[in-house]
Amino acid sequence: MLRYTINRVLLMIPTLLGVAVLVFFMLRVVPGDVVEIKLRGDGGNVSQETIELERKRMGLDKPFVSQFGDWMIGMATLDLGKSMWTERPVIEEISLRLELSLQVAIMATIIAVLIAIPLGTAAALFRDTWIDYVVRIVTIGGLSIPSFWFGMLIMLTLLGLFNWLPPITFTPIYVDPVANLTQLIWPAMAVGYRYCAVVSRMIRSSLLEVMNEDYIRTARAKGVYEKVVISRHALRNALLPAITVIGLEFTFLIGGLVVTEQVFNLNGIGQLFVQSVSRNDFTLIQGMVMLIAAFYVFVNLIIDLLYAVFDPRIRYE
Amino acid sequence: MTIAAPAVPTPRIREPNWFLDFCRQQPLGAVSFVIICCMMFAGIFSRLVAPYDPLDIDFASILGAPSWEHPCGTDAYGRDICSRLIFGSRTALVIGFTSSFIGSTLGAVLGVASAYFGGRIDNWIQRFMDILLAFPLIVLALVVVAALRKFVIGGVDVNLIFAIAIPILPRVARVVRAAALSVRVMPYVDAARAAGYSDTRIIFRHMAPNVVAPYLIMLTAFIAQAILAEASLSFLGLGVTEPTAAWGLMLSGNAADFYREAPWMILFPGAAISLAVFAFNLFGDSLRDYLDPRFRM
Repeated sequence: MLRYTINRVLLMIPTLLGVAVLVFFMLRVVPGDVVEIKLRGDGGNVSQETIELERKRMGLDKPFVSQFGDWMIGMATLDLGKSMWTERPVIEEISLRLELSLQVAIMATIIAVLIAIPLGTAAALFRDTWIDYVVRIVTIGGLSIPSFWFGMLIMLTLLGLFNWLPPITFTPIYVDPVANLTQLIWPAMAVGYRYCAVVSRMIRSSLLEVMNEDYIRTARAKGVYEKVVISRHALRNALLPAITVIGLEFTFLIGGLVVTEQVFNLNGIGQLFVQSVSRNDFTLIQGMVMLIAAFYVFVNLIIDLLYAVFDPRIRYE
Repeated sequence: MTIAAPAVPTPRIREPNWFLDFCRQQPLGAVSFVIICCMMFAGIFSRLVAPYDPLDIDFASILGAPSWEHPCGTDAYGRDICSRLIFGSRTALVIGFTSSFIGSTLGAVLGVASAYFGGRIDNWIQRFMDILLAFPLIVLALVVVAALRKFVIGGVDVNLIFAIAIPILPRVARVVRAAALSVRVMPYVDAARAAGYSDTRIIFRHMAPNVVAPYLIMLTAFIAQAILAEASLSFLGLGVTEPTAAWGLMLSGNAADFYREAPWMILFPGAAISLAVFAFNLFGDSLRDYLDPRFRM
């Protein structure tokens, strides 16, 4: 097990290196960079020399390979460089906003899982009845309704019912939990719907699969109450694939947040990402992509390890 | 002695009607198919269907509520929202279909090739796919948008199509590869190889036709994802640009400033996106159940 873990951790390195190479060179293949947007973006007439000078100052005139080398060396010492737009360290820019996005993501996960487990179970137990069809339509709705529009609908509803909109300034939860929750519960709901849909579909299908297993028949034959069969024997095994989906969706929430934060005017990771893309802020884009990829790879590792913990039949050699 | 041959009525073998069969087995799929057809009709014949020009600015009727003249109201420039929705379906379909088609097809070819060659090539392709999979779809799309900048050919945003197609590629490649692995061990592939056919010929003529089912399923499912991605990118201001009519774009910018005055500016475009994505998702789901009952959830 320990050997497997070490192996898996070592395997993360080539994947992340690949991500780094891909992002770095993709951003630089097509001409155009932050300097042009910064100096000419507002239509101002700036001479070519000024632009070249600014490029030189930022190190954008060096060959790609040496720029890449600098970035890699920086990363090895946990220095992601400076944002090309604000010139503040990338790590600082990200950590300023990480708290908010992470909290929304965690809240969305809690909401989604709490709703998804009963929903998915009901759909599986009452398969092909009206309950199943309603759940199916509700969950496909969750996959279809864009989270940003769902967020806008929440805003419209709040406005219509209470003539009130959530505050835009962020208060950390340890300062004022009420103010914090009244702001962040809505975006969490907006991204949680899709999340919940994905998880409950997974629970439904894996529960249906488990219900055909021999040990379920054995438990029933022994005269175990159906309630116990479902909660102790079936659901427990069916939750394993659901854990995978929960983990993967959690990382994908960052993607959902990119758009939803815009709706609620939240100054989070997503907003920062969109800003840096529209400003061609290469270092910031690279830093955030590395963060997201590292997170994804890490979550995958955790899922694999959890499998071994929860399912004794799985042993990694 | 003659025995009269019993008159056996020759059974008329009816050609199996795929379409009717599908509708009977998958009523929800049939409904979604009708929605998709309506959308295609609206997209292709936008000029005939739409009551107004989607770009017509009319300062006399700014932020008009839904009425007989303007069934979905008007926006901040007095443009008819209903007409913009109809023209928007063209944008959504063109970008959704082409990007899903490009991504799925390239993904399928890579997946089959990966399974066919196996060994080191398979390993390299899979590692590369792993790298692409480490991005959420919309994040990779944003990176591609950042990389390609603005790139428009003949009024179609090519950068947008590639931004959506590239994240689709590895997801299809993985599924198709899994299907192709089971085709690879079939005797007819060995036979083809023994006959001395080229790798390209075996991949395209012998293996590819046998993974068409997962390919089609993924293709329709990803049209839904592509429409959603296009709407998201346009909403962020990084996709289709004004004044083109696109659903995501209609929700972006100043639409949110009019929550109070003009909620219809938000309700209708979002409903259009949801309905389109819903139809394609449901259709993909039904197609999967129909083509491959083993996957039935």
